[in-house]
Amino acid sequence: MADIVEQDTQDQIEDTQKGKFLTFCMGSEFYGIEIKYVTEIIGLQPITEIPEMPIYIKGIINLRGKIIPVMDVRLRFKKPFREYNDRTCIVVIDIREVSIGLIVDSVSEVISIPDEEIVAPPNMAKEGNKYIKGIGKVGSDVKLLLDSDKLLNETDLENMSDL
Amino acid sequence: MSNRYVNEPMLDLFIFESMQLIEQMELLIISNEKSSSYASDAINEIFRIMHTIKGSSAMMLYNNISTLAHSIEDLFFVLREDKPQNVDYSELSDLVLEGLDFIKVEIVKIRNGDEADGDASELIKSLRVFHATIKGKDLCAKDQHVAEGAVSHEDYTPEKQQYYISKVRTDTTSLKNTFQATLRFEPDCGMENLRAFGIINELGDLAEEYYHIPEDLDHEDSARIISEQGFTLLLKTERSLEEIHRGLLQTSALKDLQLNQVENCDLFNDLLKERKISLEDSSARVPASCGRDRLANEHEDNEIHVTANQPSIINVSVAKLDQLMDLVGEMVIAEAMVTQNPDLKGLELNNFEKAARQLRKIASELQDTVMSVRMVPLAGTFQKMNRTLRDMCKKLNKEVRLQLIGQETEVDKNIIEHISDPLMHLIRNSIDHGIEMPEEREARGKTRLGTITLEAKNAGGDVLIIIRDDGEGFNKDRILAKAREKGLIRVPEDEITDKEIYNLVFLPGFSTNEAVTEFSGRGVGMDVVVKNIEAVGGTIATDSVSGKGTTITLKIPLTLAIIDGMNIKVGDARYTIPTTAIKESFRPKMTEVIVDPDDNEMMMVRGQCFPILRLHDIYHIQTDVTHFTDGIIIMVEQDNKTLCIFADELIGQQQVVVKALPTYIRDTKKVRGLAGCTLLGDGSISLILDVAGLIGFRQ
Repeated sequence: MADIVEQDTQDQIEDTQKGKFLTFCMGSEFYGIEIKYVTEIIGLQPITEIPEMPIYIKGIINLRGKIIPVMDVRLRFKKPFREYNDRTCIVVIDIREVSIGLIVDSVSEVISIPDEEIVAPPNMAKEGNKYIKGIGKVGSDVKLLLDSDKLLNETDLENMSDL
Repeated sequence: MSNRYVNEPMLDLFIFESMQLIEQMELLIISNEKSSSYASDAINEIFRIMHTIKGSSAMMLYNNISTLAHSIEDLFFVLREDKPQNVDYSELSDLVLEGLDFIKVEIVKIRNGDEADGDASELIKSLRVFHATIKGKDLCAKDQHVAEGAVSHEDYTPEKQQYYISKVRTDTTSLKNTFQATLRFEPDCGMENLRAFGIINELGDLAEEYYHIPEDLDHEDSARIISEQGFTLLLKTERSLEEIHRGLLQTSALKDLQLNQVENCDLFNDLLKERKISLEDSSARVPASCGRDRLANEHEDNEIHVTANQPSIINVSVAKLDQLMDLVGEMVIAEAMVTQNPDLKGLELNNFEKAARQLRKIASELQDTVMSVRMVPLAGTFQKMNRTLRDMCKKLNKEVRLQLIGQETEVDKNIIEHISDPLMHLIRNSIDHGIEMPEEREARGKTRLGTITLEAKNAGGDVLIIIRDDGEGFNKDRILAKAREKGLIRVPEDEITDKEIYNLVFLPGFSTNEAVTEFSGRGVGMDVVVKNIEAVGGTIATDSVSGKGTTITLKIPLTLAIIDGMNIKVGDARYTIPTTAIKESFRPKMTEVIVDPDDNEMMMVRGQCFPILRLHDIYHIQTDVTHFTDGIIIMVEQDNKTLCIFADELIGQQQVVVKALPTYIRDTKKVRGLAGCTLLGDGSISLILDVAGLIGFRQ
């Protein structure tokens, strides 16, 4: 019985979260990430570096007793490193039980993008858009929607071979 | 039948309690069996345990358990009262342990939500035969009915039982008292009918005949009736008013009790007639089978039991403890944020400082306590091995004793669960393959009694569990031949070391034992062991001397274990080295440093030369301290290899909880030399160094 109720609320949560994206900016572009993956947004924390990691994995942080890795999305996208400032945020996302913090320049807002406003990314030969799942149109703006799964799990062969 | 009363918290309690009691009893039996006679304390204890199990299982309506427990109880009653000579204690232990196994299986069934449908009649029968023999040797005449019970056991029905009771009565009593008792429970205590049922179960021992109102306790309304009108009991017994009063007073949540002696027995007889009819279908009564003195003793036992069995231990789910630990961690950080708040800088705050110090002290004590709560000594797991050993020795006719060392070593609860099975496998293997037959041992000039040593100790932040036997040791040629046959050897055979050969036995599908026995030989044991140990991130190694014995070492990693660590600093990073691995630390002199042509740095300490490892170098850390005389050397040792670690400075020593690195990090790359991480008091993270891994850097 309790399970059914729980399932219902679960469904409702899913429903209210559907089509909503947390947008953050990096350089001049705006990116969006599905809100259901986002656990929280925290300010920059002291990061403990882990040796021998790919450059975009900045290290680990202590999030209230839980230790989670943090990834600099700028470096992940091979953009130049930018000094962290007080706008810099860590977006903690949770994908299939794996928590990870994403360091972004700044977060902006949560917006709804209906499915029909999302178009597939252009099929470019360059591998530049492999972390982009789609492009959302909001008014005259364009948000690049991240494929969180790939962001985490796509092994960067180039980086690995550096080590 | 048994579903009707299923009441979750009570069931849980029943399962938990019974399991604990059974474990306790197993230990008792095994420790007593060694001395080949039962101490009277032990007999009393076993009697009490069985009595409790009997009572509680009857209350939960698990009749097969309760009748079995009853038979065992009877047996120990005879042992206690008559102190018969020439009892075959090993047979007794066998029987009782078999009984315990049966109960265990049933309880597992109950826990899994299955019907406890095992048939204990065979067991009970053999128990009764045994009962009869020990009684027979001593006092054959007095207890004919026991043997009778054994014979007529197959059709052991309520009717028979009733006849039996009344027979005892006519045999032993001439005068009977009739009492009427009215019991009222505390309002809102709940489950009145169940409580009443419990009383009736106890009465089975106190009174010979009884009748109660309301009659049908299974009925839904009975609880309401009892709470409104009270629970009325009519009973016939040869016990005095005082005894019955005392017995009934033990009922929990009892509000008041009226007990009167009834002179006129007519009422009782009328009711009794009715009852006899209604009783046919009630199978939940505890059979009361023995004579008068028995009852008196049992009664006393009840009293002791009530006072002595107040549990001082509760069980808590590990998830809750994890949560608590995280919260405490958070609190420590919050505490640091308050007391070291930048806003306070430069202010003279004497009272605040005092209060802050107090807070810090309490917070750190709290943290220590929470950390220690999760730790469980290995003693329980080790003790369980006694049982395995005993059973194996009996079956294989070997003589082995188990020596336990370092039982008090504490290991995280999670890890204990993972190592219990592997340990059992290894002990079995040692007995089956390792220890020779007693005659063979004597022929080889060894003591007849084989020894298996089970040792646990903390070493270098790991917990080492060593299983050592003084058996025949591994047969190198046989292992090699077998491995060759199964195609398990991948390196040229002349290059293979002894240790590598021994470790072949851990490969799946490897078993040299020609005959598959009940205990080992299927070649699955060892790789299950390896799998289990690897599941907690441990390793397994073995060494053996032919003819002298085998040593198997399980190295359980520090995951979640609490270790004493030395915190060191390199640049901005902090690292923790398990204190157990540290031999010494000192400021080096340049004259002691030697550099070989390949630029490997070494250090001369008291005439011995050790390699130096610069932490900032291997982990590419920015630091100003690159000159040996500015920093500090920490000399660490593991597996007889020594290494000098060069760091900036020592921060201090503290107990830390080892946390695994996040899965994402571990999946990305396995960093050499890192065993995990931990939170320091100020909330920052320190990486725990794996000394063995670091030593690997310089090889």
